[in-house]
Amino acid sequence: MELPILLVLPLFGALLLAVFGAWRRAGEINVAVSLATFVASALLTLRVIRSGPFTALGEQFFVDPFNVFLVALTAFVSFTTALFSRPYMRIEAEHGRVNARRLRLYHAMYQSFVFTMLLALCTNNLGILWVAMEGATLATVLLVSLYRTPASLEAAWKYFILCGVGIAQALFGTILLYLAAEKALGAGGVQALLWTHLDQVKSQLEPTVLGLAFVFLLVGYGTKAGLAPVHNWLPDAHAEGPTPISAVLSGLLLNVALYAIVRSKVLVEGALHNSLAGHLLMGFGLVSVVVGAFSLWRQKDIKRLFAYSSIEHMGLAAFAFGLGGPVANFAALLHMTVHSLTKSSIFFAAGHAAQKAGSQWIDQISGLLLRSPRLGWGLMLGSLAILGMPPFGVFASEFLILTTAMKQSPWATPILLSALGMAFAAIFLRVQGMVFGDSRLPRLPHPPALLPVFVHLALVLLLGLYIPPPLAEWYRLAARFIG
Amino acid sequence: MTHLPWSAQFIHLAAAVLLLLSFAMLTQRRILSLLDLFATQGAVLAASTAIVAYSSGRAELYYSAALTFALKVLLLPYILHRLLRRLNVRWEAEPLLNVPTTLLVGLLLVIFAFALAQPISQLATTLTRSTLGIAIAVVMLSLLMMITRRKAVSQVVGFLALENGLFFAATSATYGMPMVVELGIALDVLVGVLILGVFFFQIREQFDSLDLRHLEALKEE
Repeated sequence: MELPILLVLPLFGALLLAVFGAWRRAGEINVAVSLATFVASALLTLRVIRSGPFTALGEQFFVDPFNVFLVALTAFVSFTTALFSRPYMRIEAEHGRVNARRLRLYHAMYQSFVFTMLLALCTNNLGILWVAMEGATLATVLLVSLYRTPASLEAAWKYFILCGVGIAQALFGTILLYLAAEKALGAGGVQALLWTHLDQVKSQLEPTVLGLAFVFLLVGYGTKAGLAPVHNWLPDAHAEGPTPISAVLSGLLLNVALYAIVRSKVLVEGALHNSLAGHLLMGFGLVSVVVGAFSLWRQKDIKRLFAYSSIEHMGLAAFAFGLGGPVANFAALLHMTVHSLTKSSIFFAAGHAAQKAGSQWIDQISGLLLRSPRLGWGLMLGSLAILGMPPFGVFASEFLILTTAMKQSPWATPILLSALGMAFAAIFLRVQGMVFGDSRLPRLPHPPALLPVFVHLALVLLLGLYIPPPLAEWYRLAARFIG
Repeated sequence: MTHLPWSAQFIHLAAAVLLLLSFAMLTQRRILSLLDLFATQGAVLAASTAIVAYSSGRAELYYSAALTFALKVLLLPYILHRLLRRLNVRWEAEPLLNVPTTLLVGLLLVIFAFALAQPISQLATTLTRSTLGIAIAVVMLSLLMMITRRKAVSQVVGFLALENGLFFAATSATYGMPMVVELGIALDVLVGVLILGVFFFQIREQFDSLDLRHLEALKEE
C-alpha cells in the first residue's frame, strides 16, 4: 500500500502545483507534498526492512534493499531541497528573474521530476525504467532554461539533445535485452522485460546479444549519469539552471542513472560469466574521475566547479561498482549516499553565496565568513567533506574504494590518488578565496534556509564516524543483491 | 530467397523504402519537405508493423501500428506544421555542407550497421530479422543528420527519425515491445515534441532566429 501512495503523492503534487504554483504559498505546498512523500518512503523502507523484498501491482513494481535505499535518499533530498527552494525562489522572484508563470512551471515540474525518479527506481519493467529516465529529462529541460538567458537556453538545448540521443542508445540496448529475453522466457511474454524474471534466467540469456546490449545501455544511461566522455551537458545544465535544480540533478538524477546501469550490469554479468561489464564500468569510471579532476582547474564559475566535482564522484562510484564484490559495492552505495547529501548541501550554500554576490563568478564572491558566517562555514565544511577529509563520510567511502582497488587492481590506485589530490588542490584553493578575506557583499532580503545544509552535513559526519548497525546491515544486504 | 511469403517480401520492401527515405532526409534542404519525408517514414513504419501483425497473428501489434499512424503520420507532423506556421519559417531552406561527402559517410555507416547487425540477426527468430541491419542504418543516418544540421527544427526531425529507426528495430527483431512500454515511449516522444515547441519560441524570442550557431557560447576556454 505504501508504494502506490509514494508514487501518487508527487504526481498529485504536480497537478496541484500546475494550478496553484504561482500562488504566494506555493513554496509551502511544495514542501508539504515533499514531506508527505518522504514519510511514505520511510514507511516503505520500514516494510522492506521488516519483511524483505516484494513485488507489487502484478509484478510491475519491485522493491528490494538496493532500490529502497535510493528511494529513501531521493525522497529525503527532494524534501530538504524543497525547504531550501522556498526562500531561494522567493528571492529570485523579487530580483525579477522569474515571473509568476515561470514559478508555476518550476513548482509543477519539480514534483513531476520527483515522480519520474521514484518511478524509475521502483519499476520492475526495464522498458518503463527507460520511459521514466527520459521523463526525468523532459521534466527538467524547461527548468534549466527557466531564466531564459542565452546561456541557459543553450544549456537546455544541449541537455535535451545530448541526453535524448544518449538515452536513445539505452532504448536500443533495452530492445536487444528484450530480444535475448524472449528466447529464454518465451516470445511475446509481458514478463520478458521484468527484472525479477530476467534475474532468474540470466545465465541462459544469449551472451553475444547481452554484451552488445550492455555497451548501449552503459553509453545511454552513462550519458545521464555524467560519465566521461559523454558528460558535456552536465556542467552547463548545472550552472545555468536554478540552484535547487542543480542540487537535485547532481544529488539525485545521477544516482538514479547509475542505478539503471547497475541493474543492467547484474543481468549481463550473470549471462556473460566474465568481467566484461565490470571492466567497462571501471574504464568509464576511471576516465570520468580523471577528466573531472583535471577540468576543475579551469573553472571560474562556482556551480560549474561543483558540477565537475560531481562527474568525478560519479566516476568513483561507477569504478567501485565495476570492481564488484561485497566490499566495493558497499563502498559504492555509501559513496552514492554521502555524495548526494554533501553535494546538494554545497549547492544550497553556493546558490545563496551567488545570490548574495549577484554573480556565479568565483572571483566576485569573497569574505563569506565575515558577512554571513553560517553560510561561509556551510560552504567550507561542505567542500572539506566532498574533498574526502576525515571524519566526514566521503573519507570512509573513498578509503574503502581505494583499499579495495589496491587489492584487486593495484594499477588503478595511483591514477585515482593523483586525481583526488588534484581535485583537492583545485577546489580548496577556490573555496578558500570565497570564504575568507574582505567582503563587499550586500545583505539579502530574506534569511537563507541554511538548515538543510547543516542537516545534510551532520548526516555525512555521522556516516563517517559511525554507521548504525541496522544501516550497515542494510547496505550489506543491498551490496549482496548487486552481487 | 525465392520462397519468401508475400508478407516478408512486403516488409523487406518497406525496409528498403525506409532506408531511401533516410537518405532523402539527409540531403533535403527545405524544412517543409523534410516534414513530408518524416510523415512518409511514419506511414511506411505503420504499414510494415500492420503486416507484421497480420503475418504473426499478434493482435497487440495492430494497436501498435495504429498508435504509430496516429502519432507519427497525423499528430507530430500536425504539431510541427503548426509550429512552423506560427514561427513563420515554413519556406526556409538551409544551406547544406558538401552533400556528396555526407552521402559517402552515410554509405559507410550503412555498411557498418549491417556488420553490427550480423550477430544479432542470426539469433532473432522472427521472419523479418534480416531487416535489423536496415533499422540500425536508419538510426545511424538520423544521427548523421543531427550532426550535420544547423537549424533547430531539422535537428528535431532527425531526432524523431532516430526514434523511428529504433521502433523499426524493435518490430523487426522482436515483434515489438510490450504495450505499456510502447505507450510510455509514445508519451515521451509526444511530450518531448511539445516541450521543444515551447523551446523554439524561447530560442526565437532570445536570438530572433532558430539557427543553432547562436547556441555555441558555452565552451571551456
